[in-house]
Amino acid sequence: MTDADYARVDALVDELVTELPPVDTPQEEFWGSQYDRGLAWAWHPEGYGGLGLERRHQTRIDRRLEEAGASIENRYTNLLGIAMGAGVLDAHASDEQKRRWLRPMFTTEEIWCQLFSEPGAGSDVAGLSTRAIRDGDEWVVNGQKVWTTLAHLAKWGMVVTRTDPDAPKHLGMTYFIVDMESPGVEVRPLYQITGEAEFNEVFFNDVRIPDDNRIDVVGAGWRVALTTLMNERVAIGGSAIPRESGYIGQAVEVWRESGEDDPVLRDQLLHLWAEAEAARLTSLRANELASAGIPGPEGSTGKLAWANLNKEITSFTVELLGLDGTLYPEGYELSRPERFRTHAPQKAYLRTRANSIEGGTSEIMLNILGERVLGLPGEPRVDKDLPWAEVPRG
Amino acid sequence: MADGGAVSYAPTEDQQLIRATARRFLYERLGIDKVRELMMSETGFDRVLWKEMAELGWTGLAVPEDLGGAGLGLVELSVLLEEMGRLVTPGPFLASAVLATTLMREVATTEQQQEMIPALASGDTIATLAVFETARGWDFERPDTTASRANGGWTVTGAKRSVLDGHLADLLLVTAASDDGVGVFAVAGDSDAVEIAQEPVLDPTRRQAAVALDRASAVRLGSGDGTAALRHALRVATSALAAEQVGGAHAAMDMAVEYAKTRYQFGRPIGSYQAIKHRCANMLMKVEHARSAAYHAVRVSGDEAEMAVAAPLAGSIASEAFVWVAGENIQVHGGIGFTWEHDAHLYLKRAKASSLLLGSPRHHRDMLGEALGI
Repeated sequence: MTDADYARVDALVDELVTELPPVDTPQEEFWGSQYDRGLAWAWHPEGYGGLGLERRHQTRIDRRLEEAGASIENRYTNLLGIAMGAGVLDAHASDEQKRRWLRPMFTTEEIWCQLFSEPGAGSDVAGLSTRAIRDGDEWVVNGQKVWTTLAHLAKWGMVVTRTDPDAPKHLGMTYFIVDMESPGVEVRPLYQITGEAEFNEVFFNDVRIPDDNRIDVVGAGWRVALTTLMNERVAIGGSAIPRESGYIGQAVEVWRESGEDDPVLRDQLLHLWAEAEAARLTSLRANELASAGIPGPEGSTGKLAWANLNKEITSFTVELLGLDGTLYPEGYELSRPERFRTHAPQKAYLRTRANSIEGGTSEIMLNILGERVLGLPGEPRVDKDLPWAEVPRG
Repeated sequence: MADGGAVSYAPTEDQQLIRATARRFLYERLGIDKVRELMMSETGFDRVLWKEMAELGWTGLAVPEDLGGAGLGLVELSVLLEEMGRLVTPGPFLASAVLATTLMREVATTEQQQEMIPALASGDTIATLAVFETARGWDFERPDTTASRANGGWTVTGAKRSVLDGHLADLLLVTAASDDGVGVFAVAGDSDAVEIAQEPVLDPTRRQAAVALDRASAVRLGSGDGTAALRHALRVATSALAAEQVGGAHAAMDMAVEYAKTRYQFGRPIGSYQAIKHRCANMLMKVEHARSAAYHAVRVSGDEAEMAVAAPLAGSIASEAFVWVAGENIQVHGGIGFTWEHDAHLYLKRAKASSLLLGSPRHHRDMLGEALGI
């Protein structure tokens, strides 16, 4: 990173906030202008929301924008698009596709969702069965997707389909961007053990997708899907939070309010505090080394560590509540959450059960650490070279 | 920022050089066969090797240049300790170059430092800390050992235990209650009024001694109550020991992973089975967390309030990580890992004993809780 790059980025940010003062500008207009100036994804080429710089410049841009009072809320409102979809388009889409989709994605005019998991394809997502059959300039899609965040609000969905059942599973898939308003797309809320529906089930009944919406070539679906998943795990494991925040902060608060002084419980709390702090320091160290261009194993452990910790900490906090731990103040009336907020301990306890399942189960994460970081040999893969149609499933 | 936000983890050129030199030296001049030989020897100590380490500047690494050292800091010292930990290095480095030197820098007068520290920095004098007592455990703040004034000087009487490398010490830094608070007293190791006996230890690569003092002549280091200085020195030592534990844990993990790749059962390398692969991946996670805690602690030694959190954090996390990894390493190895011939037990013994040297994980968490107001 050179001083010249810094100066250029800083000047562009200054221009943006001077010409469009954040407080007086409608958000979509501001984000549109941010995109046009290359300040959306600094590492994208110019003309596609970027400046052709390194990825880390974006951290600085976002920080300076926030300091100037600008909102970076779009990164959360359109999380799947901005954190994952943009990376997919940048790496695999045609220029025309990028021009069509990137800008309204960044301004949140068009919300995105991701359609990978299926009832029969969880950890083995490459075994998916949603079928796409070519019909002239279109593809006809039938099947079911599940665990789809934001599908009920989304305009566009990133969908992986089976286009060649006679090829081995990794080779017979194709990736599309599907218009979620197309006839035959049905979105149903999927209620979780908390009583909330953060996710959806999505059914495709003879849904027609134009071939122009295909990403990369026919049969390249798995490669494109991997790009998407890589961006997802960076988004889940990578952020650094303040000390004693999040669930461990909640546990400490409950401890203090309870007036409890049992030495065994105190040691358990301190044990969790120490583990959470070590995980947090690992994220900090990983971020610093990554931005200094020194990649290492410390960057791969975050998702796994936090999944375990969140489950243990919230379980402990509910125990600390004593008889109140048997209550569920929010009630179980089925609902759609507005957006993520801090839950009461009982709800947090239930919600965190999914932390070791969503975005890659802890078992899969351990395989990845073992094989990619430690270099241990892979599992025998009985399905690897078989035509997908001949792989046993159930 | 105290909570770790702005400290630098990218290694400096100095640190890279120290690590590379230490790794090469330890594997070429020490090596695991020599470790095993020393572990079975009478003193567990090789004076020739000690001299060579001293000549490389290790014993004075964190001592200021005007006192005969290299003028580097705790981060550099911890790099050395991490490398020593990889090879369960025997010898009084932790006792003399870390514990005793740090305490003396904290508590002694300028004159006393000028008189005594150059010999510690050059390795010519081996010193250690005699602080723990049977009745007090890790509570060093209320010693039963007493110091009395005599002939313009002091004498010290009492019994200390778990004195690291006490049998090698030219100089003992003894804590004792006096009419002027808890003081630190320098006593000659070869004094007739001092009886030093090696304790039979769990980890034969690191020796301990029981020290009995009967009106032993002593020089008081500094004046007034030394509790705060002792607390600081033990926090520094806990952080440095955590770095050593990280090195040991990393080496034990490497052994397990290497074995999992080359040992075949049922026609496959055992590392291809998830039962073994996941065990190894969990080792990696614990090693990296321990590394983060230790690296943070050695980087905040100038900030006593943050040190009060960071040192016990590192002490508990690195201790538990090393004990767990060293134990799982034996499990991954199966039967061979339980033999005397295999090196796995050296790491288990080092891990368990060092998790109790300066406080158990639970004791460290108790200290952490005090610092956090929990």
